[in-house]
Amino acid sequence: MKSFLTAALLLASLFVAPRAEAVLELDITQGRVEPMPIAITRFGDASGNPQLGQQVSEVLTNDLRRSGLFRPIDQSAFIEAGLGVDAVPNFGSWRAINAQALVTGRVTPQPDGRLKAEFRLWDVASGQQLVGQQYFAAGDNLRRIGHIIADAVYERLTGEQGYFDTRIAFVEESGPKDNRLRRLAIMDQDGANVRYLTGSQNEIVRSPRYSPTRQEITYVSQPIGETPRVYLLNIETGQREVLGNFPGMSFAPRFSPDGQRVILSLQQGGNANIVEMDLRSRATRRVTDGASIDTSPSYSPDGGQVVFESDRGGTQQLYVMSAGGGQPQRISFGDGRYGQPAWSPRGDLIAFTKLAGGQFMIGVMRPDGSGERIVSTSGSVMESPTWAPNGRLLLFTRETSGSGGGPTLWTVDITGFNEQRVPTPNFAADPAWSPPLE
Amino acid sequence: MSRSMLPRALRIVAIVAMASLAAACAQKQQGVDGQAGLGGPGGPGSAAPGSAQDFTVNVGDRVFFETDSTSLTPQARETLNRQGQWLRSYSRYSILVEGHADERGTREYNLALGARRAQVVRDYLASQGVDASRIRTVSYGKERPVAVCDNISCWSQNRRAVTVLN
Repeated sequence: MKSFLTAALLLASLFVAPRAEAVLELDITQGRVEPMPIAITRFGDASGNPQLGQQVSEVLTNDLRRSGLFRPIDQSAFIEAGLGVDAVPNFGSWRAINAQALVTGRVTPQPDGRLKAEFRLWDVASGQQLVGQQYFAAGDNLRRIGHIIADAVYERLTGEQGYFDTRIAFVEESGPKDNRLRRLAIMDQDGANVRYLTGSQNEIVRSPRYSPTRQEITYVSQPIGETPRVYLLNIETGQREVLGNFPGMSFAPRFSPDGQRVILSLQQGGNANIVEMDLRSRATRRVTDGASIDTSPSYSPDGGQVVFESDRGGTQQLYVMSAGGGQPQRISFGDGRYGQPAWSPRGDLIAFTKLAGGQFMIGVMRPDGSGERIVSTSGSVMESPTWAPNGRLLLFTRETSGSGGGPTLWTVDITGFNEQRVPTPNFAADPAWSPPLE
Repeated sequence: MSRSMLPRALRIVAIVAMASLAAACAQKQQGVDGQAGLGGPGGPGSAAPGSAQDFTVNVGDRVFFETDSTSLTPQARETLNRQGQWLRSYSRYSILVEGHADERGTREYNLALGARRAQVVRDYLASQGVDASRIRTVSYGKERPVAVCDNISCWSQNRRAVTVLN
């Protein structure tokens, strides 16, 4: 289990050709883009076990396809079959099937049990190698090799940080709608390797959030009949502890960008106010105070500001204030109610859930409230946006309605294109995207 | 400006029109006590006076709220008046007031909304002479619906505060 988490992946060296000029690039800032045709060969392996290489190719292919930016070409169309990582491709045969980029690779088991993975990314038009890398990984990290190569390809061709070697924390829901089993779970970003962290019928779990710096999750646990409280959970050891000794309900936690503090809501009578807790000293500091429901706080990436939702003006709306205190400024002014703000890791946008005209929406606006844009709309419940670490995608919950219905997880590009379901074994809600893995 | 809400008058009409449907929905899907949707006593109950069944059937254990509201409706006040009277008579019970929200809201806000509904009921019962030290509150937000269909008849049943006897 330790190796699963600590992931001894080493970037060994750039090898062979120097990095070429940026000949092949994908501009992904303009909304819908024509996916780039890319050929991903079946990775060879020297061990005589053809499964290893093929599995890495499949993970890589699936990642790039789901991004919406690439169109992997079916391997059966390849003319130059069996192309190895050491060979210079016959580019004409790849141009003939309209491939613009080509990935070759190999996975080789090492005597010490580790895996060596090598790959090259080629620009088919110019015949230049764009990336050549090799990695060593623990033997049980085959899928991560695929994700890391996908990140390298994505980064080289889009100029954006990759997000494939990441995880998602979420609340799995199973059983009838009026008696759900809710379990805290984590999985790889593509839905593989689901692992349960809680599992009691007598406990409602909500709102998990990843620590940006440690293998920790903060979330809300409520034993049936008891008050919901914010917990801190160590993913590796499974140890958990209540955060703070508050008399009332504590909920809606989120880490500060430096991982040193947790900001959360504290119920006091009919009101909820926002409090910040220093994780080392456990000292708390009141951030908001008033006769309103203030909740879902989220820090700006520099930690200097906080966005939250409040009904202080009569309905749920978004407010931004200095993390140190001061007067909150309302930033949402459209029709309807706004909640669950999440500040982009890039700092440029705030995602939110909006309820208007009987519709649920996921949208983004700038931190000053300008430029509101809805990226997805549904008549049924849709909520809980969380950012990919590169600030390019949102992950959120969408529910199907009725007694047999339930929530599932979806990603969408911030331009509103390429909605993709994230596969989960059961219903799933309250997603939180992890930072890039170490 | 306001696409977001039905005009208030229209909403009330809609709720009235749905009332019979709501009761049907409750019975069909939950086996919930038929009184629940009305929050008041129906026929003469056979439950022993002072029993939990007496409280649920003849007094009414729950009150309902309008969308995104924590105000007590006149019906809710009637129910709580009966609850207050009953709880004064049977002082051996302590109570847990559970606040709930319907699914048509965001999770964290609904948790706070449920807490505020429970608090409103607690304060009202205390004003009716029920010793506040007997009353505990808890919010379940939208996580514990009693009716699971996808229309207003179910949502209106889920926006509730339930008084549970201990």
